[in-house]
Amino acid sequence: MTLPDALLPAGLAVGLALLSALVSLFAARYPRVLRVLAMPLFSLAGLAALVAGLSALLGGSVSIAELPFGLPWLPWQVRLDALSGFFLGVIGVVSFAVGVYAPGYVRGFEHGRDSLAALGGFTGLFLAGMLLVVLADGAFLFMVAWELMSLSSYFLVVFHHDQAANRRAAFLYLLMAHIGGLAILLGFGVLASFGGGFAFDVMRGAALSPGWASVAFVLAFFGFGMKAGLVPLHAWLPEAHPAAPSHISALMSGVMLKVAVYGFIRVVFDLLGQYHWQWGVAVLAIGSISALLGVLYALMQHDLKRLLAYSSVENIGIIFIGLGLALLFMASGQEVLGVVAFVAALYHTLNHALFKGVLFMGAGAILHSAGERDLEKMGGLLRRMPWTGLFFLVGCIAISGLPPFNGFVSEWLTFQSALQVWQLESGVLRSIVAIAAAMLALTGALAAACFVRVYGVAFLGQARSRAVRRARQVPPGMRAGQGLLALLCLLLGVLPTTFIGVLNAVPQQVLGQGLAQATAHGWLWLTPMSPRIASYGAPLVAVALFVTLTLGLWLLGRGIRRVRRCDAWDCGFAPPGPGMQYTATAFAQPIRRVYGLLFHIDEGVEQQPDGRRRHRLQVSDRAWGIFYLPVMRAVENAARQVTRLQSGNVRIYLGWSLATLLLLLWIIA
Amino acid sequence: MTVAAWGLALLQALLYVALAPLLAGWIRKVKARLQNRRGAVILQPYRDIYKLFGKEARMAHTASLLFRAAPYIVFTATWLAAAAVPLVATGLPTAAIADVIVIAGLLALARFFLALAGMDVGTAFGGMGASREMLVSALAEPAMLMAVFTLAMTAHSTNLVSVVDHQLASVDLLRPSYLFALAGLVLVAIAESGRIPVDNPATHLELTMIHEAMILEYSGRHLALMDWAAQLKLLLYGALVANVFFPWGIARDAGIGSLGLGLAVVIAKLALLGVALAVSETVLAKMRVFRVPAFLNLALLLALLGLLSHVILEVGA
Repeated sequence: MTLPDALLPAGLAVGLALLSALVSLFAARYPRVLRVLAMPLFSLAGLAALVAGLSALLGGSVSIAELPFGLPWLPWQVRLDALSGFFLGVIGVVSFAVGVYAPGYVRGFEHGRDSLAALGGFTGLFLAGMLLVVLADGAFLFMVAWELMSLSSYFLVVFHHDQAANRRAAFLYLLMAHIGGLAILLGFGVLASFGGGFAFDVMRGAALSPGWASVAFVLAFFGFGMKAGLVPLHAWLPEAHPAAPSHISALMSGVMLKVAVYGFIRVVFDLLGQYHWQWGVAVLAIGSISALLGVLYALMQHDLKRLLAYSSVENIGIIFIGLGLALLFMASGQEVLGVVAFVAALYHTLNHALFKGVLFMGAGAILHSAGERDLEKMGGLLRRMPWTGLFFLVGCIAISGLPPFNGFVSEWLTFQSALQVWQLESGVLRSIVAIAAAMLALTGALAAACFVRVYGVAFLGQARSRAVRRARQVPPGMRAGQGLLALLCLLLGVLPTTFIGVLNAVPQQVLGQGLAQATAHGWLWLTPMSPRIASYGAPLVAVALFVTLTLGLWLLGRGIRRVRRCDAWDCGFAPPGPGMQYTATAFAQPIRRVYGLLFHIDEGVEQQPDGRRRHRLQVSDRAWGIFYLPVMRAVENAARQVTRLQSGNVRIYLGWSLATLLLLLWIIA
Repeated sequence: MTVAAWGLALLQALLYVALAPLLAGWIRKVKARLQNRRGAVILQPYRDIYKLFGKEARMAHTASLLFRAAPYIVFTATWLAAAAVPLVATGLPTAAIADVIVIAGLLALARFFLALAGMDVGTAFGGMGASREMLVSALAEPAMLMAVFTLAMTAHSTNLVSVVDHQLASVDLLRPSYLFALAGLVLVAIAESGRIPVDNPATHLELTMIHEAMILEYSGRHLALMDWAAQLKLLLYGALVANVFFPWGIARDAGIGSLGLGLAVVIAKLALLGVALAVSETVLAKMRVFRVPAFLNLALLLALLGLLSHVILEVGA
C-alpha cells in the first residue's frame, strides 16, 4: 500500500490513534501506560491530523487513495480535500489539547475499579473513527467509520458503569445513534441508487429529481441532526455527554458533534449539489429553535457538565442557522451571501470546538480537584485555582459571543449575512430570515446571562461546600491543555481575517467561490461584502481595549497594592456567609419565570417524614413529553399487540414460519 | 487627512468622556426643577467623580482580582463603544473599526464584567443585581439590535456613518419601520441606562434596585469609574437616538465651522432628550421588577415589527 505524500500525515494520524488504542491494552496490567504512553500518542495523532488539515487547506490540492481493505467490489477509498482538511484540523487541535490534558485527569482513575485499558482503547478508536469519517470517500467506509465512532463513544459514555443513570444515558445514546445511523444509511441509499455506486464521486454525478433529492436531504438532516443534537432530537445529548469522563466530554461536545456537521455539509452541499429554499427554511427554523431552547435549558441546569451539554445544543443551533442561511441564499441565487453564511457556520464550528473544549476541561479540572459537578456547591474557585479560573473566564466570554474573542466573530458574520436579506425576492423569506436574526440576538444575550451565572456562582464569591473550599490547583499538563485552547480563542477573535483567508479554500471547493472580499483590505479589516456595507477591525478593537486598559491601570492603579481589605458592606448587614450568597437556581429564577411556558416545571413544598418541609423544584425538558413519550408508548403498544402471536404452541409457530417463508419467496419471485 | 481624521476621532472620544457627567447633571437638575426643588448645580457629577478619585478604595475580604479589574474593563469597553458612535462629525475612521454589532458587543462585554463584579463579593444584593441585570439585558439587547438592524437594512450597511448618511439623504422619513424602531430603541435606552420605570439611579432601596445593587461594594476610584461608565452609557444611547434617528446638523466635513455647528446642534439635541427623560421620570412610577419583562417585551416587539415592516412593506416597494 502506498499513500500519496499529501495523505501521509492523515494516515499517520489514524495510525497513531490506533496505536494509542493498542498500547492502552497494557494499561490493564500497568496503569501508568495510559498516562505516559497512550495519551502522548493520542496527542501526537491530534497534531498529525492538524498538520494534515492545514496542509490540505493551504495546498488546495485534492488527494485520493484506495485502502487495501473493504470488499472486492466495494473498495475503501479515502480523499483529502479542503472540506475534510478543515474538519481534520478541528478534530486535530482539540485532540491535541485533550491529549495534553488527559494524563493529569486519568491519574485520578488509576486507583479506581474502572478499566483503564477500556478507557484508553476506546479513546484511541474513537479518534480513529472520527478521522476516518472525515477522510472517507465512499458511503461504505463512511458508515463503517461512523459506527466505529458511535460504538467506541458508547463505551466511553458507559465508562462509569456502576451508576445506573450512566448506563441509562449510554443506552439512550446507543439507541438514538443507531436510529440516526439508519437514516444516514437510507439517505446514502437514495443517492447510491440514482448514482449507481457507493463512491462519493459517483454520487456527486447522480441526477436526482427534486423530489428524491428532498427525500435524501430529509434523511441526512434527520440522521446528522440527531448526532449533532438538534432540537427535538437532542434528548440523548445532555444525558450522555456529562456521563463520560471530562476529557471525553470535551471530545464529544467539541469534536464529535462537528463530525455530524461535516456529514451534513458533505451530503447536502457537496453530494446533492442542488439547493432549494424549502431546505434552507427547514434548517434555519430548526437551527433557531435549537439555539434558543438550548440556551434556555442550559440556564436551568445546575449540574455544570449538563449545562455545558445543553449549551452545545445552542451552539449547534447557531451553526445550523448559518448553514440554513447559506442554503437559502444559494437557492435564491445570491452566491456571495451564501458564502458569507457558510463561512460563518464553519467559523463557528471551529470556535465552538475550541471554547467548549476549554469549558469541559475546566469542568473536569473542578471535578478532579474538588469532586464536584453541582454549581450549588461551588464558589470562590478563582482563588483556589487561578489558572483554571482565567482560562474558564476566557471560555465564558468567548462562548457568550463578546468581543474581542472568537465567538463574536462568527456571530457577527452570521448577522451580516442575515442583514443582507433585502436582496431576496420573496417577502416571506425576508421575514423568516429577520425573525431568525432576532432569535439569534436573543440567544446571544441569554448565553451571556447563562455564563455570567456559571462563572459567578462557580468561581466567584465564597465556597459553598467543604470539598470546594479545599480544592487545589490541577497539574501543569491539565492547565496547559486548557491554556492552549483559551489562547486560540483569543487569537481567532483578534485575527479573524487571517484565519478566514486560510479557511476560504472550503467554500471555494464546495460552493465554487470563496470570500475574496473578506480579506481584500489586509489583515486588519474583516469586510465580508465590502467596506461600505460592514467592516470590523478586530485587531484594532483588541489593541484599543488593551492600550486603554493598561493606561487606565497605570494612571489610576498606582496604589494597586495598597487597597485595604475590610468586611463587605452589604448595606450594613452582618458580614455575609457562604450560605447567604445568590445560588445558581436563584440567579435563573427571573428567566425561569419569564419563559415558564417553555419548561416543564415541577415546583412545590413537600412534607418530609420527619415533619420538616422541603422546597422541591424540578425543571425538565418538554421535548420528552411531546416527542419521546408518545413514541415510547406506541412502541410498547405494538410490542403488546405482537405478544398475541405468542401462544406457546410449537405447531402454530411453525405455521407462522412457513407463511413468512412463502411470502418472502413470493416477493422475491 | 488621515492623521487629522484620527485626531478628530480621538477628540470626539474624549468629548464623550467629558460630556457624560454633564448630561447626568442636566437631567438631575431638570428633574429637580420639575419637582419644585432647587437641585444641585449641573456640574455636581464632576465634583462627585473628583471627590471619589480622591478617596481611598477599599475591598471586601472575599473580593478577588476580578473585582479590582472590573471597573477598568467596564469603563474601557463602554468608552470604546461610545467612541464608535458619531457624536459631532461623521467622517471619522472609528466607525469603520466597529460597526453597530461591535458596539452592542462591547456594551455586552462591559455588562458581563459588571454582573460578575456584582457576584464577586458574595453578597445577596450583588447576586440579585447581577441576576436582574442579565434578565433586563437578555431582553433589551435583542431589542436594541433589532431596532438598529431596521435602520441598517434600510441603509444596506451596519456602519453607523453609512446609516447616518443614508438617513440624511432620504426623503420619506415617516416610514413605519423608522417609527417602530425609534420607539423600540427609546424603550431599550431607558432600560439599559437604568432609568425609571425600569431601575432607579437615585435609590438604594433593595427591593427595586438593579444597577446600584451590583456596585454596592465599590468605593473610591473604583466607584468613580463605575459611575462614570454608567453616565457614558447614557450619553451613548442619547447620541444613538439623537444622531441616528435625527441626524440633521451633524458635521460632514472637518471644517471648523461645520464642527462647531455640529457640536452646538448635538448639545441642543441631547439637552432636549434630557428634558424628555426628566419629564418621563417625573410623571412615571418605578415598575415592579416582574413588570419589567413586559416592558422589554414591548420594546422587542416594536423593534421586530419595525424590522418586519421594513422587509415586508418597504423593500419591494
